[in-house]
Amino acid sequence: MAEAARGRAGTAGASAAAEIVFRGVTKYYAGRKVAAVKDLSLVVPAGEICVLVGPSGAGKTTAMKLVNRLIDFDEGDITIDGRSVRSLDAVELRRGIGYVIQQIGLFPHMTIGDNVGVVPRLLGWPKKRIRERTAELIELVGLEAADSERYPSQLSGGQRQRVGLARALAADPKVMLMDEPFGALDPITRDRLQNEFLRLHEVERKTVIFVTHDIDEAIKIGDRIAILREGGVLAQYDTPDAILAAPADDFVARFVGTDRGLKRLALRRLDEIELDPADAAYEAGLRLAAATTLRDALSQLLTAGDRQCLVVDADGNAIGTLTIDHVSALLSSREPEAVS
Amino acid sequence: MNGLLLAAPPPPPVIPNFGGPPGGPHGCIATNGTFCWDWVTAHWGDILQPHLVEHLELTLIAVGIGFVIAFVSALLAHRRHWFEAPFGAFSALLYTIPSLALFQLLVPFTGLTVLTIEIALVGYTLLILFRNTLAGLRGVPTDVLEAASGMGLTRRQRLTRVELPLALPSIMAGLRIAVVTTISLATVAAYITPLGLGAPIFYGLQTNFTTEFVATGALAVLLAVAADLLLVGVQRLLTPWSRARRPA
Repeated sequence: MAEAARGRAGTAGASAAAEIVFRGVTKYYAGRKVAAVKDLSLVVPAGEICVLVGPSGAGKTTAMKLVNRLIDFDEGDITIDGRSVRSLDAVELRRGIGYVIQQIGLFPHMTIGDNVGVVPRLLGWPKKRIRERTAELIELVGLEAADSERYPSQLSGGQRQRVGLARALAADPKVMLMDEPFGALDPITRDRLQNEFLRLHEVERKTVIFVTHDIDEAIKIGDRIAILREGGVLAQYDTPDAILAAPADDFVARFVGTDRGLKRLALRRLDEIELDPADAAYEAGLRLAAATTLRDALSQLLTAGDRQCLVVDADGNAIGTLTIDHVSALLSSREPEAVS
Repeated sequence: MNGLLLAAPPPPPVIPNFGGPPGGPHGCIATNGTFCWDWVTAHWGDILQPHLVEHLELTLIAVGIGFVIAFVSALLAHRRHWFEAPFGAFSALLYTIPSLALFQLLVPFTGLTVLTIEIALVGYTLLILFRNTLAGLRGVPTDVLEAASGMGLTRRQRLTRVELPLALPSIMAGLRIAVVTTISLATVAAYITPLGLGAPIFYGLQTNFTTEFVATGALAVLLAVAADLLLVGVQRLLTPWSRARRPA
């Protein structure tokens, strides 16, 4: 599935992603003494997903909207590929940045196809090119070609957010801003859309700033996570694994949860760690697929009452042995273990 | 000759020749009080149709001018909130003045003319057209507006491509009410000058022959219904999205 999607990527216009840099950015709202965003500095490498996460009032959405200047900052600067967002006309800037919001905001009076084609039309693309790009995106986000003639009111919530994604991707922006895009969906639909978004990100490799208040979503989606605390102060900015392994302070530790060890195990699959050699002595016991996460593997070991088990590849051949002691050793290590 | 006519007392009410053969009374006279189709067919060309066309003109001019004023005012009030209260109060005031009184108030300034009629009729359309247009613009969901801005639509593009299309059902609803009420009100205009369907109605009321005002009144009702249906049709054509529903 992912391979098929990757195959299409060749035609999807491989626009380079852009690096986003926040440099000492501060934003005060009129009449408020406490900053919404306070001296925020961080670098989002090109093509990566940076998740802004934190409690309400931590300035996540404000920080995101500073990038496309829906909100203007007071101090500091934000650059995209080295160019300050302030050096560009706000309207031009926004046309080059994909924008997805929780309430989706599809235009109810336009068909799905016309919704997806909004920004290309603003940019004056030829009709034929708009048609082709729209059809391509509708397929890419998992909708049917016939859906392009329908209206938003005729789609389910999950389908609408697929359209929202397609619309944001339409003009092939280098940067995407996503404000709790899956927050209003039921858990099953949300999980599916998260997975498809990650697959989509492999195909259309944009630099993404993704806002959520859900730490589990942040861990799942983010290449890097910026944890903000009240007053818009950056508490920690690192990879999910590094944050779970070593929270910077009590606030971060509380925010990621006391089960952070288990969350960290969920980040890695059995085929991504160094296993002990396969031992025929455990042939009769539990057998786990190589694609199982360490968290699920631990759960299954504990449930079965075993201290070790065989790990098998897709064809059922044993490729190694996993022991509870090994999992426990991984939990206490700070650095993620190198992929074998 | 002329002087004689002017000096003469008003002639006794002429019993119209209800479309019957010249010189001879017709069957309709004997059954006066019931509806006389022969009169309708006989006077379609010289009374009913010309007044119907006049009536339509009075209505179209009034709603057209009223719509332009109300639409521009609503756009202004949408952009600048302070404008809503004064224009709303002004149009509401006009709306509450009884129509005959308003005509009478205007006569000293504009005389017994079409202008007097149109000023009054336009005045009555303003409130409903202004309120409905503004309500339509204000009713656009905020998430739609945020998405529009976030995608890089300019303010003008947001207005023309998103807000106005989405306000269309509300604007059309206002137009339908304005057209129907104006068609009804315009009959009173004949009080000022004998224009529109009001003229035969007033004339008919002065005689004891009911067919004339019944037929004309029915024509006014038919005109209102036809205009309303036409606008419903136009709205359906313009807003195909508002009828789109999920297939069962």
